[in-house]
Amino acid sequence: MTGVSCDFDVLVVGGGSAALCAAIAARRAGASVLLLEAASRPLRGGNARHSRNMRVMHQAPTPWVLGCYPAGDYLAELRRVADTADAGLSRLFVESSAGIVDWLAGNGVRFHGAADEVLPYSRKTVFFLGGGKALVNALYATVKELGVAIRYDGEVRALHLLDGPPAITLGEPEVTVRARSLVVASGGFQGDCGWLRREWGEAADYFAIRGTPHATGIPLRALLAQGATPVGAADRCHMVAVDGRAPLFDGGIVTRLDGIAHGIVVDREGRRFADEGAVVGPTRYTVWGELVARCPGGVAFSLFDAVIGERFRPSIFPAIQADSIGDLASALGIAPGVLNATVTAYNAAITGEATAGLHPPKTRLASPILIPPFGAYPVRAGVTSTCLGVRVDERARVLRRDGAAFDGVHAAGVIMAPNILGGGYLAGSAMAISAVFGRIAGREAAVHALR
Amino acid sequence: MPCADDDTERIAATARRALDICNACQFCDGYCAVFPALKSRRLVSANDLTFLSNLCHNCRSCYHACQYAPPHAFDLNLPKSLSLVRQQSYRDHVWPPPLRGRLPGTGWSFVAAVTFVSVALVVLPVLLWVPPELVFGRHAGEGAFYRVVPWGAVAGVAGAVMLWSLLAIGFSVASFWRGMGPAPAGVALRPALCDALSDAASLRNLGGGGAGCNDRDERFSRARRRFHHALFYGVALCFAATGVATVYDHGLGWQAPYPVLSLPVLFGSLGGGGMVIGTAGLVLLKLRADPGPVAKGLAGADCALLALLFLVAASGLSLLALRETAAMGLGLLVHLGLVLGWFATLPYSKFLHAPFRFAALLRAAMERQARRVGKRAGNARGRG
Repeated sequence: MTGVSCDFDVLVVGGGSAALCAAIAARRAGASVLLLEAASRPLRGGNARHSRNMRVMHQAPTPWVLGCYPAGDYLAELRRVADTADAGLSRLFVESSAGIVDWLAGNGVRFHGAADEVLPYSRKTVFFLGGGKALVNALYATVKELGVAIRYDGEVRALHLLDGPPAITLGEPEVTVRARSLVVASGGFQGDCGWLRREWGEAADYFAIRGTPHATGIPLRALLAQGATPVGAADRCHMVAVDGRAPLFDGGIVTRLDGIAHGIVVDREGRRFADEGAVVGPTRYTVWGELVARCPGGVAFSLFDAVIGERFRPSIFPAIQADSIGDLASALGIAPGVLNATVTAYNAAITGEATAGLHPPKTRLASPILIPPFGAYPVRAGVTSTCLGVRVDERARVLRRDGAAFDGVHAAGVIMAPNILGGGYLAGSAMAISAVFGRIAGREAAVHALR
Repeated sequence: MPCADDDTERIAATARRALDICNACQFCDGYCAVFPALKSRRLVSANDLTFLSNLCHNCRSCYHACQYAPPHAFDLNLPKSLSLVRQQSYRDHVWPPPLRGRLPGTGWSFVAAVTFVSVALVVLPVLLWVPPELVFGRHAGEGAFYRVVPWGAVAGVAGAVMLWSLLAIGFSVASFWRGMGPAPAGVALRPALCDALSDAASLRNLGGGGAGCNDRDERFSRARRRFHHALFYGVALCFAATGVATVYDHGLGWQAPYPVLSLPVLFGSLGGGGMVIGTAGLVLLKLRADPGPVAKGLAGADCALLALLFLVAASGLSLLALRETAAMGLGLLVHLGLVLGWFATLPYSKFLHAPFRFAALLRAAMERQARRVGKRAGNARGRG
């Protein structure tokens, strides 16, 4: 690689938490760093701007998290969502997660005191004070203070890994930037509707993307095309049930739809298709996201009456209301006869808290839908991120299909999270993976560049 | 005025939408008392808007931390939305009732006009009826001030105006208290009052959960909290000075002016200094603040109060400096006129934020007590 002049020691592709952690770690290790954020400054931070908390291992209570969450518990939960995960990498991740809170705090991130009674009880996660955008702001402030060069609106068009030191092409007119090492922290590909459609078929047209529109997967595709080992599953997403009126991008946490378990859910034909009482815990959002993603037209309707409608937090969008089931059906574009039959059959089948002789059954929280006004929310699948990534080693180096590492190419965050999460997801783990591997990737990239 | 009604409704609808989104998010829980209070409500009523908008200290941390702030399509701007509702709540609860919907204004002109009239009302009669050699002469020793303006006139006029203002504020606060909706029942008032007093005295809600606030931009600072402390405790010290002076005069028979090292002068100059620093600092922060979360139209009313308080303090300090010169008479008149103007505008200026904020803090503290009681009762039932 002698003879080629480099613009920077370390180039970081991405502008979310993994990229920021990598830039900080690399800069603190003495490297000159350029960070390329595809978004504009006000919308910077990738999906991290929509995050709230981070799952971390800890042996004893800290000011930021109650109780204890031993490595064994964390690993067991990871195995449950991803039994194919890399065991060595998972253990390294879980053990490193213990120290990441202090490291982030040392880099300006503020956490919500665990003793504050407004927080939901958690022995597993720390909460960012003010949420993910506050974290993003704090990390950008630190990055800037350390003297990292930042380019906003810096969407990468191509990666060049096979000929000398890594380089990227970006911008209009095109510019090529070369660095001694590269950290790719550009997230998943959920922002590329075409790619989603190839994996999911027509259903993808109805997905809302809950986070940044800039996760278009260009660097991911480039890495795979140049021989990186894929990991995870291209046809898997982390998704939750959102209000069907959510914006196409960036709807974040607030479009998530509560209350599904309290009423019934029908497809656009007006028929129930799943047991609404099967899951009532926090995973209900993801369970329903995946169910609705496979509905005809990618849409379903959560139905309730005046009594049930008081039992959950309403959507940020107004409920569609009518004084009769028939009128409600018309408002939703469903044949009134079918919806009437569905509701009548459901009401008639309720015995106690569940239904009897109904298919599919409702096994919990079965209340009759009787009292007008009747209400409904349209439901769609909201995609958080895709589950396809590149394989990395314990130094966050991207691995080729022959098992050897690329020279000076590292990955961090959601683009390598499937090494640990497979095609699954564990709440609060993505932010921890981003911080832990961002820090490792930045440090290793600096070591590689400065050796 | 249908136009104004439309405005009112639009402002309320925007704020309600913002709060609904905030309630679905709750990431800002740790910043201030607004979010826990919001969390305990499923829906936001008009009463809740009145309450929450006055509980907001306008620290703007939630704006800078907001993933839905512009240019996001949701265009969420909670501090700005609540500022506009808050301003309307001052108008809705002003006393006497015929002024409702008219005063207090959003600009600086009302406060400026009343202050100007007050200064004129003090200065002109003296200039007309008191011999110039008295007004422009040098005075020394006990009772020097009262040779220019008789004590009875000062105490009588200022007292009457203050009495009216306190009455008006009292009625306004009572109306505002009802405007927040029914208070939680069965709450012990004393601990809630202690809570609210501590919140007000420490400005805990300008702490940003420990980090400080976004006084100017994304960076956190404690400047606004400190300047407000300087102003608040400065005003308190000035009232303490007046109180001590009253005891000296009527209890002990010592008449003003007092020596530099006496309690009234020490309290007064320390308080005046605090007010000058506090008001100047707050105005500078305002001028340099990121305009994003600021309701621009309200800056006039804010700055009018700050400017008036600055002038009150500065004229008091000048009086101290000039009290042994020929300028004392005029300095005294201007200072008294400004103080009178401040007293007269109390119920009709941005000053209303102080009693309203305290009432909202008290309400929030009562709700916290009620939630704790509810939780304990729930736990007891759970065990039973």
